[in-house]
Amino acid sequence: MASDLGLWSVPLAMIAGAIRVSTPFIFVSVGECLTERSGRINLGLEGTMVMGAMSGYGAALISGSPWLGVLVAALVGLMFGALHAVICQLPKVNDVATGIGLMLFGTGLAFFLGKPLIQPKAPNLGAIDLGWWSSIPQVRQALQVNYLFVIGIVLAFGMAWALKNTRWGLIVRLAGESVDAALAIGASVARTRLIATSIGGAFAGVGGAFLSLYYPGSWSEGLSSGQGLMAVALVIFARWDPIRCLWASLLFGAAGAISPALQSVGVTQGYYLFSAAPYVLTLALMIATCSPERSLKGAPGELGAVK
Amino acid sequence: MNATLERIAVPTLALLASAVLFGLLLAFYAHVDPLEAFALMYQGAFGTWFSWQNTLTRAAPLILTALCTALPARLGLVIIGNEGALVVGGVAAAAAGIAVSGAPPLVVQTAMAIAAMVMGGLWIAFAGALRQFRGVNETISSLLLTYIAIALMNHFVEGPLRDPSSLNKPSTWPIGDANMIGTIPGMDVHWGLVFGILACLLCYLFQRFTTWGFAMEVIGGNPKTARMMGLDVSRYVLLACAAGGAAAGLAGMVEVAAIHGRANASLAVGYGYSGILVSFLARHHPAAIVPVSILLGGIGASGGLLQRRLDLPDAAVVVLQGIIFVAILASETLYGRLLKPKAAT
Repeated sequence: MASDLGLWSVPLAMIAGAIRVSTPFIFVSVGECLTERSGRINLGLEGTMVMGAMSGYGAALISGSPWLGVLVAALVGLMFGALHAVICQLPKVNDVATGIGLMLFGTGLAFFLGKPLIQPKAPNLGAIDLGWWSSIPQVRQALQVNYLFVIGIVLAFGMAWALKNTRWGLIVRLAGESVDAALAIGASVARTRLIATSIGGAFAGVGGAFLSLYYPGSWSEGLSSGQGLMAVALVIFARWDPIRCLWASLLFGAAGAISPALQSVGVTQGYYLFSAAPYVLTLALMIATCSPERSLKGAPGELGAVK
Repeated sequence: MNATLERIAVPTLALLASAVLFGLLLAFYAHVDPLEAFALMYQGAFGTWFSWQNTLTRAAPLILTALCTALPARLGLVIIGNEGALVVGGVAAAAAGIAVSGAPPLVVQTAMAIAAMVMGGLWIAFAGALRQFRGVNETISSLLLTYIAIALMNHFVEGPLRDPSSLNKPSTWPIGDANMIGTIPGMDVHWGLVFGILACLLCYLFQRFTTWGFAMEVIGGNPKTARMMGLDVSRYVLLACAAGGAAAGLAGMVEVAAIHGRANASLAVGYGYSGILVSFLARHHPAAIVPVSILLGGIGASGGLLQRRLDLPDAAVVVLQGIIFVAILASETLYGRLLKPKAAT
């Protein structure tokens, strides 16, 4: 029954969108959050994510196991993150431009290597059925929750805890806040950033694997719609806090789902403006909290890109 | 002397390294003879008059969008909102073209160019103003503005400006064949190339020979000194951002008035992001932007031939472009180290 939900389909689509669309955002943004907390920005995560999507799909296709695909995607992402870190550690190299260069390289390489993967169908990651209690098919479908969504939430809380409470988290934060302080306690800034950027890349790779192995669930060249770059905005919106990254990812996911949902209930004007809402909000937040004297509240002190 | 030699040696080394890496990929992954592939690429990019025209057509939007990063970079700003300025410029051009569509073509074209440049200029100047007056980082704000620009474009082409007959790809009303800017006489390359080269020439002359250009160099070198000298830093920042945004906006107008005839999602295909890298490769030097754009345009143009003859995916040339970008950016580190001056004796 109740296949026509009327206006209720809008919030429902937003919840479904928040769950489905936000998962790659969670991974990419929590990873970028770690990278930026160590004092480095990686704008190349878009390329990393697409590489992760391609390699994860390929590995799942060959091995028949989607989870092996996720693992391979994480490893490929790790390598891309490490590449970015190694290049940025060279003196006089601009990290913003290197990130954009790697974005182009990553997407190009993924399309190049992924050409044979467009036709075949790889096994999908499964989903947990949280909508069993409902008899409405739309609700059941909206509450199909992927395991990676749950893992992403756990990782966000884990990251927040580790940054706050572990020695390793302290070193990452020191490398991001003050190089002098990190050197004073004998930590290697270069190595810390290498590790943080590599892990950030691995997260982005898993985010990409979600795209190709779950939703939309196939490999094509139009797979990513810029989630990798958006994650940079998202981390700022979340002011460099992994748990706020989680909420912001859900918000960005819901905002992405609102345009098609409004369209389907007959709203014909203005719905595209809603998809700009996350960026307008992020920009408004930056305008409100910045002043010429100090940079954004919560921003890592050594993060050149937001000074 | 060493510095001049270095400026040639470092990029050459980076290009060679990129060619070797790409050759290895071709040889060991695609099982294609790299030398044959490079010969074909030369053919496809610069081998014939036809391929030259293809190359120059691809270079045109890169030249214009690169200025959007290069001009503010002179003052020490890193603007990456080129794609957004291009998109708002294209939509503004289409709107202006539709609004005055009855007028003579030259009037329509001028109106389109002005609308595009004003919108693009305001778009990037906004990022500059936020930085000067609110301390908002211009790199991030210009990136955010790009996404806002694309959403605005989607709004206009799906809503107020939509041509109901454009079903598969929502577009604005067409500006009309009579109002297209056409090609340069004697060649099959649109006028965007001339606009781009003229813009680079103007920027070069401005930076080299005017006091304002010199003031910008001082600000880029040391903003504190500039302020102590009494220079109005904010004014120059706004000017450079507006000029850069206007160039990218003009690129959007050219896309509309020379290629698509209307504004639609084809505006946001990544010229803006390529423009950022062109600017970095040219070290933000207006005169160097033209040859760098032609080189990258040539690599892009050769993709079709590689695909037809060697059965390589069309993304092969994007891989090469990506490798070149990363290699040249990484090679920046070699300056001052490659040719160490002999120790004083």
